[in-house]
Amino acid sequence: MKISMIKDLLGADVICGEDLLSRHVYSACGSDMMSDVLAYVKDQAVLLTGLVNSQVIRTAEMMDMICIVFVRSKMPTPEMIELAKESEIILLATDKRMYEACGILYSNGLVGNRAKNV
Amino acid sequence: MSEALTFHFDVDGSDFTSAGQASVQVKKNLRQLGLSPEIIRRVSIAMYEGEINMVIHAGGGTADVTVTEDRIIIKLHDNGPGIKDISQAMQEGFSTAPDNIRSLGFGAGMGLPNMKRYSDYMDIKSEVGVGTDITMEVNIID
Repeated sequence: MKISMIKDLLGADVICGEDLLSRHVYSACGSDMMSDVLAYVKDQAVLLTGLVNSQVIRTAEMMDMICIVFVRSKMPTPEMIELAKESEIILLATDKRMYEACGILYSNGLVGNRAKNV
Repeated sequence: MSEALTFHFDVDGSDFTSAGQASVQVKKNLRQLGLSPEIIRRVSIAMYEGEINMVIHAGGGTADVTVTEDRIIIKLHDNGPGIKDISQAMQEGFSTAPDNIRSLGFGAGMGLPNMKRYSDYMDIKSEVGVGTDITMEVNIID
């Protein structure tokens, strides 16, 4: 699924990475606990979260993720946006809640596991 | 690579926001060395967890990363309160992190287990009231 499709499905705003929206991803995960993301995520390239601090960006970078979707209208700080730009991580923001956002993406084919990202 | 390369970092324990900077730098350095993405990811995550732990529990410390022909060695040192019961601390879900750390997305009791999971070898030496030394190794060649 293209990141641009994630943006459209969630009615999300692009915070940064507008020029990277044509990138493809094959799986995603949703969590507010970065400890769990570091423990259980394997090849998921998209993180949906309602947590807002710099460690969200660093966790995504450590996991080689390419896109973070902030749910519940949460907005990243300017410092987080700078970190994301440095790491070429796309930031999206949607007013949808975690459950709904994950459900929309899953039902449109973005699974939670098994697929290998390219 | 004929000679070992070493990178030293001072981990600032006063600011949770900046935690992870050393791990980000290590990841960049390892990329420049042309190591495989999977090896880089394992080293980065293991070190990141260690760095976060140092900031949460020990007020910071130092990290030394050595890249040899066949492995990457990460040595973490702090002068924090030490770990009272290492086997208990290694259990998934056991945490002594305060609630404010959980609200920041950490402190789920996965740090040390994760460090072990992503490394091929891990050794912890800790003395209560003195500090903790952790050595992790990730093999480049099996």
